[in-house]
Amino acid sequence: MFGAVGLGLWQATVWALGVPPYVLPGPVAIVLAIFQDAGQLVPALFSTLMVAITALLAATGIGVALAVAMAASRLFRAAIQPWAVILQVTPVVAIAPLIILWVDQPFAALVVCATIVAFFPILSNTAAGLAATPPELTDLFQLYGASRAQSLFWLSLPSAVPNFLVGLRISGTLALVGAVVAEFVAGSGGFASGLAYQIIEASYRLEIPRMFAALVLLGLSGIVIYAALGGLERLVLRRRDGA
Amino acid sequence: MLAIRSVTKRFDDGTLAVEEVSAEIKSGEFVALLGPSGCGKSTLLRLLAGLTAPSDGEIVWDAGARPGLGDIGFVFQDATLMPWADAAENVYLPLRLMGQRRAEAKARIDAALAQVGLAEFAESRPKALSGGMKMRVSIARALVSDPGLLLMDEPFAALDEFTRHRLQGDLHRLWRQSGKTVVFVTHSIYEAAFLASRVLVMSPRPGRIAADIAAKIGDGPERRDSAAYLALVGEITQALRGVMAL
Ligand SMILES: Nc1ncnc2c1ncn2[C@@H]1O[C@H](COP(=O)(O)OP(=O)(O)O)[C@@H](O)[C@H]1O
Ligand SMILES: [Mg+2]
Repeated sequence: MFGAVGLGLWQATVWALGVPPYVLPGPVAIVLAIFQDAGQLVPALFSTLMVAITALLAATGIGVALAVAMAASRLFRAAIQPWAVILQVTPVVAIAPLIILWVDQPFAALVVCATIVAFFPILSNTAAGLAATPPELTDLFQLYGASRAQSLFWLSLPSAVPNFLVGLRISGTLALVGAVVAEFVAGSGGFASGLAYQIIEASYRLEIPRMFAALVLLGLSGIVIYAALGGLERLVLRRRDGA
Repeated sequence: MLAIRSVTKRFDDGTLAVEEVSAEIKSGEFVALLGPSGCGKSTLLRLLAGLTAPSDGEIVWDAGARPGLGDIGFVFQDATLMPWADAAENVYLPLRLMGQRRAEAKARIDAALAQVGLAEFAESRPKALSGGMKMRVSIARALVSDPGLLLMDEPFAALDEFTRHRLQGDLHRLWRQSGKTVVFVTHSIYEAAFLASRVLVMSPRPGRIAADIAAKIGDGPERRDSAAYLALVGEITQALRGVMAL
């Protein structure tokens, strides 16, 4: 509702003041650009999403595995935690050129960058969930002589599912951000794919509506990813705990 | 059944939770362990269950009574069920950890659920059960391996008065019928007096056994308002008053 009013005002302002589209295109011009340039934009969107989704899967595997290792031994915790924090606070723009240099295959390089950006929330939330296993249940497992594997698979991991899902939702949007940032770095080095490249190229050629169209697609993808993972979270928890 | 011989528990951080506790518990007794909070009651139960080791002293089991897997049942203050498992799966847990298949265990799971009056709720998840029903599942879980010794740590403390009364009555009946040994931690004088065949009163931290009172209340529907019950409440109150004045 407010969104529609906002778009209307935006369009009205652009028309009323006669702002040229290469400064600020109105919503109509942007929507037109999405359709006119679909031939370039849709493959670019697809390519960016592929990087983000692959990175999210990798981040899930790595984040959960590291969280389990950290919960299993203090030594692992001491070894992993500082590196995880360092990777988290290092801006990916700063290390992306190195990674693109080291990893020959461009797609793999982008995935590595996006994974670095995305894995931390999954790691820290899953670790918090594993640590919050109810101590009475841990006692009970001990009382009946449970093995470490039984405690992990039948107690700790199921207990950590809600926290993991929160981490997954945050990581989902971060994977998209990471993918686009890495594409920017790679794109300025001549690697022509992804929405970031569309934005760079369109801005060089002053095709401002196409640039905005790419931004709009990016924003929409972020919303869709966030909403889809939120839906997954509700679905899983409802199935797990009963209605 | 067992003897606690000058058991002391000091935690790594230096907290002295239990000091020089000695007591004997006979088979078939219902022992209420009563004391102010923080006096080491939970610690003593965990020592009995073997979940933590004494810093000093020892727990000696009667010949042939040393518990193996499944010979001790434990009920906590919260029902602590696994939210992702239904009532039957929660009750199955001890047998599952002991290596029994679900099909083999089915009869015992059904029997344990029936024992606590929840036969029809086998497939309900904890979320769909009331507080009292969750506690019943928790008790069924402790009973499913048919333990000789049942350890209960303030199991009814978080329930409303009506539910608590009903569960106390059910537990008392279950103990009469099964002949199990029960050690029941509580900080309610009335609960101790109603349930127990023997009341051990603990002093504030570090906990020691300050009084050992045998209960002689006739069974039956008037149990809660018999003169003997009221006299026992008075006796326990006296003992606690002595302890708190120390
Ligand atoms: N794992 C532990 N480490 C250190 N102190 C503990 C630990 N568990 C219990 N305590 C302390 O030991 C004392 C007795 O605790 P507890 O046995 O739980 O008392 P109660 O059950 O009678 O309330 C308390 O002061 C408590 O803080
Ligand atoms: Mg306690």
